[in-house]
Amino acid sequence: MARSVKNQQKMINTVIAWTIGLLIFFPVLWTVLTSFKTEGQAINDPPLFLFFDWTLENYAIVQERSDYMKFLWNSIFIAGGSTLLGILIAVPAAWSMAFVPTKRTKDILLWMLSTKMLPAVGVLYPIYIGCIKLGLLDSRLALVIILMLINLPIIVWMLYTYFREIPRDILEASRMDGASLWKEIVYVLTPMAIPGIASTILLNLILAWNESFWTLNLTAAKAGTLTAFIASYSSPEGLFFAKLSAASTMAIAPILILGWFSQKQLVRGLTFGAVK
Amino acid sequence: MGFIELKQVTKNFGDHQVIKPLDLEIKDGEFTVFVGPSGCGKSTLLRLIAGLEDLTSGSIQIDGREASQDAPAKRGLAMVFQSYALYPHMSVYKNIAFPLKMAGLDRNAIDDKVRKAAEVLNLNDYLERKPAQLSGGQRQRVAIGRAIVREPSAFLFDEPLSNLDAALRVGMRLEISELHKRLNTTMIYVTHDQVEAMTMADRIVVMNHGVIEQVGTPLDLYRNPKNLFVAGFIGSPKMNFITGPWAHAQGAQTVGIRPEHISLTPEQSEWKGVIKMAESLGSDTFLHIQDSGVAETLTIRADGEKSFARGQEVFLQPKRDNLHLFNDQGERQ
Repeated sequence: MARSVKNQQKMINTVIAWTIGLLIFFPVLWTVLTSFKTEGQAINDPPLFLFFDWTLENYAIVQERSDYMKFLWNSIFIAGGSTLLGILIAVPAAWSMAFVPTKRTKDILLWMLSTKMLPAVGVLYPIYIGCIKLGLLDSRLALVIILMLINLPIIVWMLYTYFREIPRDILEASRMDGASLWKEIVYVLTPMAIPGIASTILLNLILAWNESFWTLNLTAAKAGTLTAFIASYSSPEGLFFAKLSAASTMAIAPILILGWFSQKQLVRGLTFGAVK
Repeated sequence: MGFIELKQVTKNFGDHQVIKPLDLEIKDGEFTVFVGPSGCGKSTLLRLIAGLEDLTSGSIQIDGREASQDAPAKRGLAMVFQSYALYPHMSVYKNIAFPLKMAGLDRNAIDDKVRKAAEVLNLNDYLERKPAQLSGGQRQRVAIGRAIVREPSAFLFDEPLSNLDAALRVGMRLEISELHKRLNTTMIYVTHDQVEAMTMADRIVVMNHGVIEQVGTPLDLYRNPKNLFVAGFIGSPKMNFITGPWAHAQGAQTVGIRPEHISLTPEQSEWKGVIKMAESLGSDTFLHIQDSGVAETLTIRADGEKSFARGQEVFLQPKRDNLHLFNDQGERQ
């Protein structure tokens, strides 16, 4: 009896989980489906689900009208560059916080996180003016630096948590063995923290890839990323849902694929230290 | 060479002084064991010598050279940690080679030394394995191998055997002692296990509350403990302590007597008591005696061949020549 109740409960849980999962996934699915419809079918009432004339027309038009590869390259450059720069700064920072903490370390960590509580638009004006003065408006370099700074607190926090899991004895052993600080970080700490560093990199790549506030406000034709590419389809000529959807699908595809192949790593990284 | 001298060494953690001003000389080639209950400062003292902790005051000299400010690697010492502290991402070979690589040796010299160390420690078959694929004893051997290849002036062991099971511990104890004989290098060994201290040490340093209570050879400490703490800490089972009128009659505040120095007699003698518990170890039986009138419980060592029953009345005779007399300060008289 108990077993059948258990199974029934299990089934209900499964159904609930799938429903929530599909609800969350639905907008993405709808975007992808819409991208294969004609503009007319896209705004059809009632909405068409699977039975419409599948077409690749939107993709062809989007590709013709805007240079997808340029936006893609900008996204890769900015997301990749800001992540790389962030990691280079965050590894030594997290090292010092995890292994030579001072009385103020906790305060610094909290202060760093508190900067994430500020709405981005609050500092739009000074940053915008700063970019103009420095001639960095619509430049990839400016975005690499700004996105790096925005995500730095999260990178430092994540690395700090991973580093804390590494036994001190091992680092001390390397010191006894004659490793300098730099060699200790390169030969001992980093290889041991690779799962953590990898998931930090992945998460940061995703965050930087999807960032749209700064990329939309600080770029125009030259340094625009895929978020700007999507946005360019949303307004000026009225609403063209099918083309907008095609552009969106093209923009999210690379990061979706990356996320799909690295989901094991991501989950492992995000739950690192939760058990054990 | 491995002559280590500590002068007026202290260590504070915040306001708490964990090592009180302390002097100690460790002679070249000597096997010295720091022993004491947990929290007595023995591991901290070892870490101060290693350079993993900074001194609060005082100085440490290694082979006559001031080393207090030197980085750990500069001191020419090697350390074996309780947790082994092997590099989990490196093979056994790379673990042992790591200090040599850091020292900038060329590949052939490294290979030569690693293989020699592996041979000595019976690790040849495991060189390509990762630490996770080894047993506890093998891991400890790798940790020792990593220490040996550096040819340090002294080895520091921080409770190296406490993660091993009892049988393995005895084996490794012998291996480390043999290693000491073969290398003839200074070794400092920290343990809370007084059996390890007694069996391995040339000299034992007994510590308590950040203070050295006594320094001496194992038998010296066993036979002539300087105070009640050392008397109680060294020896298993513990020394019996007798206070009250019987002790006063001997002219002392406390009289200590070891379990083997109280004999069972067939007829009425100085003490009598009732067996509360008999622990048979085979070769010996330890009897815990109640109602003796001199101490709440007396432990005595009896012949393992004889059988004893709980509640049985026995007669006891302390050996007068083996009494340890302590004054009201707990110091030996």
